[in-house]
Amino acid sequence: MILQNDSLKIAGREFRSRLMVGTGKYADFSQMAKAIEASGADIVTVAVRRVNISDRNKESLLDHLDLKKYTLLPNTAGCYSADEAVRTCRLAREAGLSDFVKLEVLGDEKTLFPNNEELLKAAKILVTEGFTVLPYTSDDPIVCKKLEDLGCAAVMPLGAPIGSGLGIRNPYNLRIIMETVSVPVIVDAGVGTASDAAIAMELGCDGVLMNSAIAGAQNPIAMAEAMNLAVRAGRLAYLSGRIPRKLYATASSPLEGVIE
Amino acid sequence: MKIQVNGEEKITSSMSVYDFLLTIDCDPRPIAVELNRSILAKKDYRTTFLLEGDQLEIVWFVGGG
Repeated sequence: MILQNDSLKIAGREFRSRLMVGTGKYADFSQMAKAIEASGADIVTVAVRRVNISDRNKESLLDHLDLKKYTLLPNTAGCYSADEAVRTCRLAREAGLSDFVKLEVLGDEKTLFPNNEELLKAAKILVTEGFTVLPYTSDDPIVCKKLEDLGCAAVMPLGAPIGSGLGIRNPYNLRIIMETVSVPVIVDAGVGTASDAAIAMELGCDGVLMNSAIAGAQNPIAMAEAMNLAVRAGRLAYLSGRIPRKLYATASSPLEGVIE
Repeated sequence: MKIQVNGEEKITSSMSVYDFLLTIDCDPRPIAVELNRSILAKKDYRTTFLLEGDQLEIVWFVGGG
């Protein structure tokens, strides 16, 4: 019942699901569509790439996504400078007619960690141009605060490197980030399995964004459902208020009336 | 005349961007076009004519995370 009235609010828009999913790495569009359906996500990320002008037989991704149902979140994956990222966002807005962008400006190919200097530069330009900016960032509270101050609609710190599946490597930083900013905190990248998503939500994060953990699973559609449940379970546990951790036992059964 | 389309050289006659997209069998709806590094609004496809040396960038959405 609690979850029925719980929604994720980003830039004045409300979303029922706190799970955002990617559209990459699937075997085919049919598998992708089924996995997204099973995930229950409302927001799906897409990449912006050149149309193949020599081979026009390729189907459009958008033929497989009901745009009445899903909000597209175009990313700037593959961009290593603010200029490239801003250019990609402008193209994305023209192609998708929405201001929502997942801003990522990468630092190097090996780690895919963000280049925060360029990220801040791009965020500033994009906010000025009216974009709703959701930046993929390091799990650095100072950078997250700067992104919020620039007008980003959320911050999306990484749980671990993109595609690594290492889970939530620094829950303490995430907690500090949540205390530091008032915009939604969405863990983006690093989730490997359902418990990772649940941990992020139990910490009090506002949402989780993932692609590889679902698309790369042996059964992506079943894993999408697992992530759907994990994000909901984690959120519900967070809202329920967990018991404190203690070193020693506390009996669950009454101490009185034990037979002697 | 020669133009650059997504980094490839193309020979074309003078025509609107809209007509050019049709010649390469590209549905204008789900795409975005940059002409010489500036976004070209969809409403301007029919009234913008290609010139020698123009650089077109045509993009769309693909799967990504």
